[in-house]
Amino acid sequence: MSEPVKQTMKVALVGNPNVGKSVLFNALTGAYVTVSNYPGTSVEVSRGAVTIDGAECEIIDTPGMYALLPITEEERVARELLLKESPDLVIHVLDARNLERMLSMTLQLIEAGLPTVLVVNIMDEAERMGISIDTRLLEERLGIPVIAAATARKRGVAEIRNLIVNYQKGKPVEFLYSPRLEQDIASVADTLRADYRLSQKALSLLLLQGDDEVAELVDRNEGENSRTVAEQVRTVRFERRESFHVDLSMERKRVVTALLAGVLQLPDKRKATTGEMLSNLAVRPLTGVPLLLIVLYFGLYKFVGDFGAGTLVDLLEKQFIEGYFSPVAIKAVKWLIPWEVIQELFVGEYGIITLGIRYAVGIILPIVATFFLFFSLLEDSGYFPRLALLVDRIFKKIGLTGRAVIPMVLGFGCDTMATMVTRTLETVRERILATILLALAIPCSAQLGVILALLSKAPGALLAWGICLLLIFLLVGFIAARLMPGETPMFYMELPPMRLPQLSNIFTKTYTRMQWYFLEILPLFILASVLLWLGKITGFFEKAVDFLEPMMASLGLPRDVAVAFIFGFFRRDYGAAGRFDLLSKGGLDPRQLTVAAVTLTLFIPCVAQFLIMKKERGMKVAALIGIFVSVMAFGSGWLLNQVLLVTGWL
Amino acid sequence: MKLSDKAEEILESMWIAIEEGGAKEAGYDLLGISPADPALGELENIGLISVESEYVTFLPAGRVEGEKTIRRHRLAERLMMDVFNIHGDSAESKACQFEHLLDDGVDVKLCTMLNHPSTCPHGKRIPPGDCCEEARKSGDIGVVALTELRPGESGEIAYILTEDSKKMQKLMAMGVLPGNSINLMQSFPSYIFRVGYSEFAIDTAMAREIFVRR
Repeated sequence: MSEPVKQTMKVALVGNPNVGKSVLFNALTGAYVTVSNYPGTSVEVSRGAVTIDGAECEIIDTPGMYALLPITEEERVARELLLKESPDLVIHVLDARNLERMLSMTLQLIEAGLPTVLVVNIMDEAERMGISIDTRLLEERLGIPVIAAATARKRGVAEIRNLIVNYQKGKPVEFLYSPRLEQDIASVADTLRADYRLSQKALSLLLLQGDDEVAELVDRNEGENSRTVAEQVRTVRFERRESFHVDLSMERKRVVTALLAGVLQLPDKRKATTGEMLSNLAVRPLTGVPLLLIVLYFGLYKFVGDFGAGTLVDLLEKQFIEGYFSPVAIKAVKWLIPWEVIQELFVGEYGIITLGIRYAVGIILPIVATFFLFFSLLEDSGYFPRLALLVDRIFKKIGLTGRAVIPMVLGFGCDTMATMVTRTLETVRERILATILLALAIPCSAQLGVILALLSKAPGALLAWGICLLLIFLLVGFIAARLMPGETPMFYMELPPMRLPQLSNIFTKTYTRMQWYFLEILPLFILASVLLWLGKITGFFEKAVDFLEPMMASLGLPRDVAVAFIFGFFRRDYGAAGRFDLLSKGGLDPRQLTVAAVTLTLFIPCVAQFLIMKKERGMKVAALIGIFVSVMAFGSGWLLNQVLLVTGWL
Repeated sequence: MKLSDKAEEILESMWIAIEEGGAKEAGYDLLGISPADPALGELENIGLISVESEYVTFLPAGRVEGEKTIRRHRLAERLMMDVFNIHGDSAESKACQFEHLLDDGVDVKLCTMLNHPSTCPHGKRIPPGDCCEEARKSGDIGVVALTELRPGESGEIAYILTEDSKKMQKLMAMGVLPGNSINLMQSFPSYIFRVGYSEFAIDTAMAREIFVRR
């Protein structure tokens, strides 16, 4: 009976979004996937290798899926894995509090003939709410192993590990639908001839639900016979055109209700938790908007701006790098390398060490670190979905839904990362609109930190800058949404309970993001230094500054600001940092500062963001956005300068 | 007593002119009929209207019949637009044909299915029938869209009405299934509802498509 032991055992984790799949993945593999209290974090499949009791396993974490029939891109990715990779074990993770709703997918997995195990997760919170679940009885009724767990508290992880190595596929119970539905399913299943990874029953149901991908798969495999199959599917679908989806859901619900009789005990009254009260504050406009302002003030302004861009930058850049590191490095380089030109490359005005590393480590690192810490904290508390529903109406006006608030907020950290995250938006139109707005009007944390630090010395300038950006954000969004054809998509979102984030989780997450960021930017900073050095020794740099000078003059800015613009091309935040330098040396008055800040914030996205735009949206769209953003940036800068000159406000 | 289609149309025109327009009587030219029209004789003979020198007025029984006829017409209009999704002139002419089928209690069934509407698609009043009165008395306001619930109110999901099957599947995956109880928690700026132990936020467009029995 026993099959020969395979080299590696494939274990897939599947389930609804936000039920703790990624936490379980981390607990099993020790690797790290971004975990958050936010639906839709794992867009891609994560894999981790681990040895359990000598058995080699590959654990696969999939994006959240609600049912075997995919609707969103993430669900498609998850389902594809089940269709193509035939995992040796499928662990269905669900939320104990929503057992009734989520058990339907367990049925679908069993029905598909997949080697399924059920993990009833988040038991601790369910118990606290007074829900009791008899997992032994459920196990008996389903005919598959059922484990009660609270993976965030490590409860049940040992049993799951144990089960993975000792799993023997048993004979799960077969669930019967109504005779009529069974008959319809059989009529399709009987026409299937080829072998599939999923059971004929499951395939037939997917065909009847109008699953294009499965239809294609069947079409490929059946050859001659495929027309007969398609014909039968069409016949049944037509007969049941009225309400097949609802009927099927209702039948599954009936099966689930019968299964759970005596298994699930719900409390008479639900208790309002502290999280729920906080949630109520966050979702009502009257309290939600002030709460948002408080969060932004303390989180962005005080923590990222004051502490990150102020205190930490001062400590790292001024005290440590300029005080200790640079002098030693300069000495070492001068001692090691006799040629002055090469010395310049490392420790000159734009040297790799004196400029590249100083900016990257001394200025950008502390700002980005504090931002990601702030972002992760918000993410894990469950605040973002609430913010999304709060702004949905406004975002609809600019062609987006509340869902887009996540990439927008993330953009304040790193626009490049945020451009990647726009993938989670549903329509292409939404993705393009979000990409435009990110490229144009959302300053990243490094820019933001530096700008806040700079402009805080002139409060009026900070206000002017803020108003300008907000106006441009809304105006451009409003116009772009009208120019681009297409419908505004629907908004729906699950609201996970608000909870106190786990510190360890936040730190790991911040660390992972920092690591990504740093690996991505440090080479660019070094490259920028090399290019600037090359530009300087060849005289090209001077020429470029000369070329930009008339433009600077039309904006009422001194020639030196062109340097910041050239830096900015390599890296938005690099430009910001460049401006930091300029001001510290006391070069600009408040008006010039505001114009420069606005223009630079709007100006062409950094090289990395442009590359990601090209990757995600295609060359044509990326190029058009690039041109548009440049024109907007200089146009707005010019206009602002004129307005400020005429009104004499600053 | 089954009236001819033409006779029913005369009653409708009279209703609009006299009961809604405030006129005392309606002239032949307004009704678009000739004095020789057999439908006139039909109505006069069974004592629904009285005819006097090219002008007609309602007799008491005629007013009752007229009210019923206009009600059937407007219910047919609602059916065309709300359910069949037919608009404009074609809806009007179809409604004109359809109204004549609404006898023998079919009008009551249609009215119940449409949840006892009070106005026609043009905003004119539909005279309430006995079924509307009964429904009002029994407090059964029937099935309404989620948007009609007050925050804090609960109900049972009756059905989902959407042409987008993806949207329907999404909603069902969220637990929005007929028979499940649903609690509306907030309606502005977005709709927030709870099904089981999960909370969801949706926009107005989606909330309009979930129908709830209070």
